[in-house]
Formats: sequence, C-alpha cells, structure tokens
Amino acid sequence: MKRTFSCGLAAAAMAFGVSLVAQAPVAEIAFDTNADLLKAPDNTFIGEVAGVATNSRGNIFVYTRTGHPYATIGDSRTFYHAGSRLFQFDPTGKFVRELGQDLYGFNAAQGLRIDPQDNIWTIDAGASQIVKFDPNGNVQLVLGRKPETIGVRAGGGALGGGRGAPGAGGPPVEAGAAPGAGGRGPGGPGGAPGGAPGGGGAGGGRGGGRGGAGAGAPGAGAGAAATGVPGGGAPGGAPGGPGGFGGGGRGGARPGAGAEGSSFNRPTDVAWDRTGNIYIADGIGGNNRIAKFDKDGKFIKSWGQTGAENGQFSGVRSMATDAAGNLYVADAGNNRIQVFDTDGNFKSQISGIGTPMAICVSRGATQYIYSAHSGDPDGMTDAAIYKVGLDGKVLGKFGTAGKLPKQFGLVNSIDCRTENELLVGEMTNWRVQKITLRASR
Amino acid sequence: MRRSVTVYLAVVALLGTVPLLFRPVLAQGRATVTNVPVIPWEAVPNFFKLPPGVYTGENMGIATNSKGHVFIYHRSGETRLYEYDEKGTFVREIGRGNYGFAFAHSVRVDAQDNIWAVDEGTNMLVKFSPEGKVLMVLGRRPDPLAQLANMPGNGGYGGLNKQYEFGRPTDVAFDAAGNIFVSDGYDDSRVAKFDKNGKFVKAAGTRGNGPTQLNLPHTIAADAKGNIYIGDRSNNRVQVWDNDLNPKASYPGMGSPWAVCVSGGTHQYLFSSNSWQDSAPAAQAEYSGEVYKMELDGTILGKFGKAGKAAGEFATIHQMDCRNPDIIYTAEINNWRSQKIILKPQATRTSGQ
Repeated sequence: MKRTFSCGLAAAAMAFGVSLVAQAPVAEIAFDTNADLLKAPDNTFIGEVAGVATNSRGNIFVYTRTGHPYATIGDSRTFYHAGSRLFQFDPTGKFVRELGQDLYGFNAAQGLRIDPQDNIWTIDAGASQIVKFDPNGNVQLVLGRKPETIGVRAGGGALGGGRGAPGAGGPPVEAGAAPGAGGRGPGGPGGAPGGAPGGGGAGGGRGGGRGGAGAGAPGAGAGAAATGVPGGGAPGGAPGGPGGFGGGGRGGARPGAGAEGSSFNRPTDVAWDRTGNIYIADGIGGNNRIAKFDKDGKFIKSWGQTGAENGQFSGVRSMATDAAGNLYVADAGNNRIQVFDTDGNFKSQISGIGTPMAICVSRGATQYIYSAHSGDPDGMTDAAIYKVGLDGKVLGKFGTAGKLPKQFGLVNSIDCRTENELLVGEMTNWRVQKITLRASR
Repeated sequence: MRRSVTVYLAVVALLGTVPLLFRPVLAQGRATVTNVPVIPWEAVPNFFKLPPGVYTGENMGIATNSKGHVFIYHRSGETRLYEYDEKGTFVREIGRGNYGFAFAHSVRVDAQDNIWAVDEGTNMLVKFSPEGKVLMVLGRRPDPLAQLANMPGNGGYGGLNKQYEFGRPTDVAFDAAGNIFVSDGYDDSRVAKFDKNGKFVKAAGTRGNGPTQLNLPHTIAADAKGNIYIGDRSNNRVQVWDNDLNPKASYPGMGSPWAVCVSGGTHQYLFSSNSWQDSAPAAQAEYSGEVYKMELDGTILGKFGKAGKAAGEFATIHQMDCRNPDIIYTAEINNWRSQKIILKPQATRTSGQ
C-alpha cells in the first residue's frame, strides 16, 4: 500500500547517485549532537517531527504527527480528525505546554516556523492549511481551508470484494512525498504490479480531480504511470496528493485546484520577507507553486508550475528567505534549490546538495543555508545535511543515515537561528537532535 | 466504508466486522500428533487486577521482564499497553497515544528489559525503555492521507519485501547479540532481520509452503544459540531457521501455531499454541485450544489446555510468555483476559482441571 514514496525515492536516489559521482568531494564538518534533548511528560509522545523551530528566547516548538489520525462517518461524508500536536519546550528541552489542542486543522503535520515577532506558524499537509499563533498560543491567521470531507476510495470495493491487494504495488499515493511532475508519480520500480483493490475500479474517479492521476487509483492506474518523470524521479511518490481526499466539500475549493488564492494542496512551508509578506510553499500535492500574501493574509500572487525548468518545481519541500529578501525554495524532485526575488523572478539555482527535503537560512551578518538531503525512502542509507553559502557554494556536509545519534532519519525540518547550532527534526526517528558544529573554517 | 462509526486509518475497525476478508488464509489446523501426554495445569484465579474504570480489551500480547513484571498489549477503545507487577497488580500504562499504536498484535521484552510493541495497525515496532521512553521505532506508519485514499483498507499478500516497511507485522524476537527478527506478517510473508541499531541485515521468505516460504508467519521466538522458531500459522508448522535465516527444521503436526515461545534458563523448551480460532467456532473447540511443550529439537513432551472460557481454558491464545517453563502467561483474544498458568510436574497424565 501506498509505497510509492519508496519507489519514488529509490528512483530519486538512483538518479541522484549518478550526479553525485560527478561532484567534487564535499568536506565533512565535525559535529556533536544531543539526541535526547526534548523531555516530554509521561504519556505524551513526540512522533514524527515534521517541524521544529526556536523563538527569540530559545524556546523550542515542535509540530509532530502523533496520536491517532482518524475518520468519522457522518451523513454521506467522512471527516478527518486529529493526528498531530504542537508542543513547546524551554531552551533546555523541558516541556512547557501544548498549543492548539484538538485543533481542527491539526491532522498531518508538515512544518513549523517562527517569525521575527515570535509568532508560531504551523503547516499541515492534511488540512492543507497554515495557522499562525501569537506567542501566547492564540490563533491569529488561517490560510487555506481544510476540506470539509475526505473522499474515501470510491466503490467501497474492498469491503465487498475482499482482499484485493492494495499493496501489491501500485500504490498510488504517498503523501508524504514530493510529487513527481504533473502527478505522474515517479512510481518507479515496484509501482508496477498494481494490485487492483478489491472492488475494482476503486477510486479512479474520486481522486481524479486533483493533480494526481495516481491518487485515487491504486492499482493499475498508478502503477502504470510509473514511467518517466521529468526531472528525474522525485523523491517521493505521488503526486496527486491524497487521492480522493477532498471530494466534495462544500465551501472550500478543492485542494489542489491550484486556483489563485489559498487553495493549497499539501503545503509544506512558510517564509516571510522583511516587510512581513507571507510566502507559502505549495507544496507536494501537485500545485508546485509559491503563493505570496501580504502580512494580513491578502493574496498577492503565485508563481510556478510542475516541471524542471527555471521557475518550475517537482515537489516544493521547504523554503526560506535571507536578509536581502531572496527566497530559497527546495525543489526536491529536481534536486536543487531555486532562488527567487520577492516578486517571483528566478535568479539562480543551487545544486550538488542531493535531494533537499528541508532547508533553513541562518541569521547574523554572514548567512548560510543548511539543506537536508534524504536519498532513500527510509532514512537508513543515504542522508546528510549540507552547509551552503548564499552564493551557492557547497561548504561542507555532516551526518549519515540511520537511527543512532548523529544519524538522520528523514530530516523534515531544520532550525538554524545561529550558524553552528542547529535543531534537526526527523520523521522516522521520532526525535529532535541538537547539533553543534565544530569550527570548520 | 459507511458501515462503522469510527474508522481508524489503518484497517482497524474493519477487522472486527469482516475478519475473513483480511486474513490470508484462516484454515485452522487440527493436530496430527497422537498419544501426547497431558501436562497437569491450573490457572491462578483472577491473577491480573485492574483499578476501577480501567479495562483491557482483546489481549493480544503478553510478556514478562526479568523482574517478573508483566506487560499486556491489548485492543481496548484504543490500543494500549499495560504493566503489572509480579503479583498481577496494575502498575501503569505505557505509550498511550503514541503514533505507533493503532492495532495491537504482540509484545516482547528483550534481554535489557526493553519493551517492544508490535502493531499491525501502524506497521510499526516501538521499543520502549523499562521506564516507558521510546528508544527506537522500526517500520513506518503509512502516511495518513495515503491511507485515506485507500480506505477502506484491505489486506492480502503484497510480498513487497521492503527493507524498512512492514505489511501488518506480527511479532519480534532477539538473539543474544541483540539482532532483531520481525515476523512480517499478514501482507508480507517473511522474516526480516535487523542489527541492534535497527539497520536492515536481510530478509527471507515468500508466501507459500516450501522450506523457505511461509503462510502467515504469526509468531517468532529465538533460542540462546540464535536459531529462530517461526509459527507458520496457516501452514500448520513451526519452522526453525538459523541466525542467517536459512531453514534448519520443520515441526508439523501440532495444529496451527498462533503463538510460540522459547523458555529461558539453560535447558530451553519450545511451546506452541494451537489456538482456538478467534471467531470461536463451536465445532473447533474439540480439536484446538491446546498448547504443546517441546524440546528445541521438536520432541514433543506434552500438552496442556483446552478451548473454552472458564479459568484454565483458552479462547484464542494470541501470545504466550514462558520465561519460566513452568509458569506460562497467556493473552487471549476472545476472553479479553490474560491468565497465569502453572504447569505441574509431568509425572501424571491426568487432566489438570
């Protein structure tokens, strides 16, 4: 089931492997870690760390997939609840409090950032929403609307039809993943066998409306699409986002419609320029665009589309701004970071940093980019964090893949308020590591 | 998909209503071995004691640590993990609400007293320290949105054989070096081996009944030499593989091995439960529900237990702990309980009730 992610990443890894060979060796940066930083209270569990960030006083905020995501059958519709929580810790890692308890849009944590005024911004790929909290935890702004209902696979085939193997292959969607171009997932190996789900025809219809061909149609459809993806294998599977998700909600545009405004489809990140304009990375559901809003949430413009050209994206994974107002966009499927000005004009691109799944830009007089590479779907064989100058020069890297301290399992978030002290949030290791880089230059 | 009120993203609720659709093969084996002596046994009455307002549901997993504390992993309103002391008194809950719990399957305690919960609803194993802190996770809960797209979930053999993803994993075992062996499971049909740091080493097994094949590897245990014993449930046999996952021996004849365990100490024994099927069909009560005690070489020493709901009877043993070969802890699905069973010396052949 839904293993496109793996396939996609594997494909990406292979594709990337080739390019790596051509790169000059990158210097290793010596570093230390505290992999046991955060102390949650008894019976409060941090799960997959989608987002970690500090505020100006060193408090640490973690947006995590934990607890139980669940669906409730209502009238003719199915509603999606829970699955993510937001915690605050003090600078030493001691638990302070929870924010956003039982929040409507806390479903599939995707990212978290703190703005210069210490407001806390959460990005949720399940609700396709961005929520801004003030430092006291009050909701100040909501961008995007959660679909009223989730569409389950059409036909309910499996119930009656029994055991069609979903898994068998063609998993259509994997959400946590960066999409491949245009919704044709990287599919890659393994996508093929496509076990038709029980009742056959399952879902084809439902998911269709959204970017992802693959989405609703596990099995054959998606599997078949597994062929080439422009830009060479996105690290993730699927494109079309949460297939079937969102079918008929009234009131909000379907996520993924890609319309002007805030109909996000699995957004991944938020950033601000010096005047407070808001930029949303949108995202990994097929929209492949950056949306710009003013500080009050009024839509200004958006740019980008699926593809591999300048100004096009194959899975927008992460984003950050520098003091000069440049916008750095992690274009994971294309294995690059694209640099734009605040009007969305393409300026340059940075490569040689693997598949950028999470980036940050440090503060201070001389700023640096840190970019987390994940080259395999499990975070167990190919990972590193790169340090890059704003000019795109790769300065060094550190870390490997795995579960031990100093290893990284699908880094999804980096906080780098200062140059040599980072917080790194991992999906597969359910933790935050506090990384201290030793003097490297 | 509109048939139940609340549907967890994993297959959860569906299992309860249409179990037959989800399991690969459910034929219940009838034991073929004969003249097996009965080991007298008795249950300690009401051994496990819960505070008011605390319940267990289907008891899926049970294991003891070196201090005699007992851990029960069960399907209640939510899937939960409880700890009891050596007297059967509830001590505390572990792991409530963590991301790896959705549909309990088994629990094991390793040599360092870490607690490993195997969850077939999230496809994950969660390793807790003795204090209940998460130390490691294996496998990954499928992305919730991907799950939604696939609802209603269904199962069936996928044979995906991924290094770091499981298909409804069932159990875990450890060798002396700390290597981790995962029986996996309903949607895969293999054993996956990891080193003590969670690094994938290898996997073996596909769906079938050949020597390197499995048909619902449902339970797994290791002996002191690092051999592993796989309850190959739907093939009605226990498969013995060496530490590198090569087949060594096969022990058929004891019905369907739902649960196996290997006792501690210098002289180790193998126990295998031919559990009464979980839908508790009346006709099967006559030929299931017993547990076999064996030497590690497969020599059958005796059996105890019978299908039923009274004390000392078993309605679907789903996991056993046999750290002490004369004290067997059983977790039962249908009876929503676990029992502490005392085996009496094997001199007589009378029934132990």
